[in-house]
Amino acid sequence: MFLYLKNICKSFENHGKKELVLKNIRLRVEKGEFVSLLGPSGCGKSTLLSIIAGLEKPTDGAVYLDEKPVIRPGKDRGMVFQQAALFPWLTVEENICFPLRKEMKKKEALAVAHKYLELVQLRPYAKYHPHELSGGMQQRVAIARALAMDPEVLLMDEPFSALDEQTRMMLQQELENIWMETRKTIIFVTHSIQEAITLSDRIIVMGRHPGRIIKEFSVNIPRPRNEYLHEFSAYEKEIIQLLKLEIEKKEEVDSSYAVSS
Amino acid sequence: MQLAVKRIIFFISVFLLWELLIRVMSVPAVVLPAPSDIFLSLKESVADGTLFRDLSASFFRLFIGLLLALFIGSALGILLAKSKTADETLGSVILALQSIPSIVWLPLAIMWFGLNEKAVIFIVILGGAIVMTINVRTGLKNISPIYIKAAQTMGSKGLDLFFRVMLPASVPYFVTGTRLAWAFAWRALMAGELLSTGPGLGYTLKYASDFGRMDMVMAIMIVIALIGILADLVLFRRIEQKVRMKWGLEQN
Ligand SMILES: Nc1ncnc2c1ncn2[C@@H]1O[C@H](COP(=O)(O)OP(=O)(O)OP(=O)(O)O)[C@@H](O)[C@H]1O
Ligand SMILES: [Mg+2]
Repeated sequence: MFLYLKNICKSFENHGKKELVLKNIRLRVEKGEFVSLLGPSGCGKSTLLSIIAGLEKPTDGAVYLDEKPVIRPGKDRGMVFQQAALFPWLTVEENICFPLRKEMKKKEALAVAHKYLELVQLRPYAKYHPHELSGGMQQRVAIARALAMDPEVLLMDEPFSALDEQTRMMLQQELENIWMETRKTIIFVTHSIQEAITLSDRIIVMGRHPGRIIKEFSVNIPRPRNEYLHEFSAYEKEIIQLLKLEIEKKEEVDSSYAVSS
Repeated sequence: MQLAVKRIIFFISVFLLWELLIRVMSVPAVVLPAPSDIFLSLKESVADGTLFRDLSASFFRLFIGLLLALFIGSALGILLAKSKTADETLGSVILALQSIPSIVWLPLAIMWFGLNEKAVIFIVILGGAIVMTINVRTGLKNISPIYIKAAQTMGSKGLDLFFRVMLPASVPYFVTGTRLAWAFAWRALMAGELLSTGPGLGYTLKYASDFGRMDMVMAIMIVIALIGILADLVLFRRIEQKVRMKWGLEQN
């Protein structure tokens, strides 16, 4: 197995109280798979992704990539955040070259940058600064930047949620094409059910208090999926039902929900 | 354009009214000189080269003082941002020093360095370095964590992270720090020259005042104001604006 999350637990200390945010997350991801993490706000999706990226340490458990434990951030795991997080003092191409500068000469790095700009269809904007681009374009540059360092896994934390509907649909399409072309392993956080069904091989549905995996779905619809409306809505219904149960259940528990150790 | 026209008309009418009042009420020039007298003495000091001499002497001190202030301020700011212990100890001293106008150090500075250039430069450095320190410290402390996280996931850490991400990310604060350091240094310089020795704009101002030449005093005041406005509005604010826009801190 390729990426393995072994019994991940994470708790945060908030106002002197310990809060269990992730409980016993166990997950295997195969190489080349597109996996979505879907769940209500606050269920710990971003926290889990940060742990995989090595930006946060799990309280218990461990992450293994190619059998090796993950202990710190590294170039084998690229990350795309909700905000594009481009460096405003660098041009688009310099941003993409940022992770490359240590391992190759400037000229080679630029060639790589241009290749990935081509992939996200922004080649003419190489010399622009981030503030001169729209939100959707910035996010495409961020995707190109993460891909350019050729990571084993691409971690994406609600990369399209700050964008308008049309841009969002266009970028979903683009991401699907990129994924088919590069066959990167992608872990994609979203709270949009449609987005998860459109893109993923597998959907991991998470619940909260504490954050945990409630169910996994394999999405067996041929791509492109917008042509299979019937199958699409069947999955949609099932997931909505599942999340509804989770939220209803939570409302009873929320009042009595105390801090667990 | 509209704005410029309005301002020009405003200033011309102020000067005309001023001139008129002085003539009509025949106010003595020692109390308040007429704009025409001020203009004449300005012309005179340009013609005989004293203005140029004073300006170059003042700017020399300002340049040395400001350069050292920016250097010391940046170094201290980085130190305070990076070391918690330094921040808790030295940081509190610097905050306390901030509330002392740097000119009140002049008597001590004259004791240490003598009644000369060095004492004035010391005051200028003190005036500029403290604001620079505080701005650089704030800038480094307020870097958006998303930049650091993004850089870390791209394999950057340690010195590489500091020089390629943290320093550039806080450039807007360096620029603001420089603008404020200039303003403080310029004020400190004028005060210092007024109270110590020349040549320099401040010194000539005091000299003119000792001889009751209020037209000369006001001419120099106008020069001081013009330099202040030019540097602040035309130079520093523009750079600041550009940088802030590029860094995404301001919409245009
Ligand atoms: N650094 C932190 N310190 C304390 N608590 C934290 C920290 N980071 C996250 N949490 C808590 O962990 C829980 C999960 O947060 P997380 O951001 O992972 O949720 P999420 O599933 O990504 O939510 P959303 O969909 O809104 O982005 C929240 O209750 C939050 O308060
Ligand atoms: Mg999140």
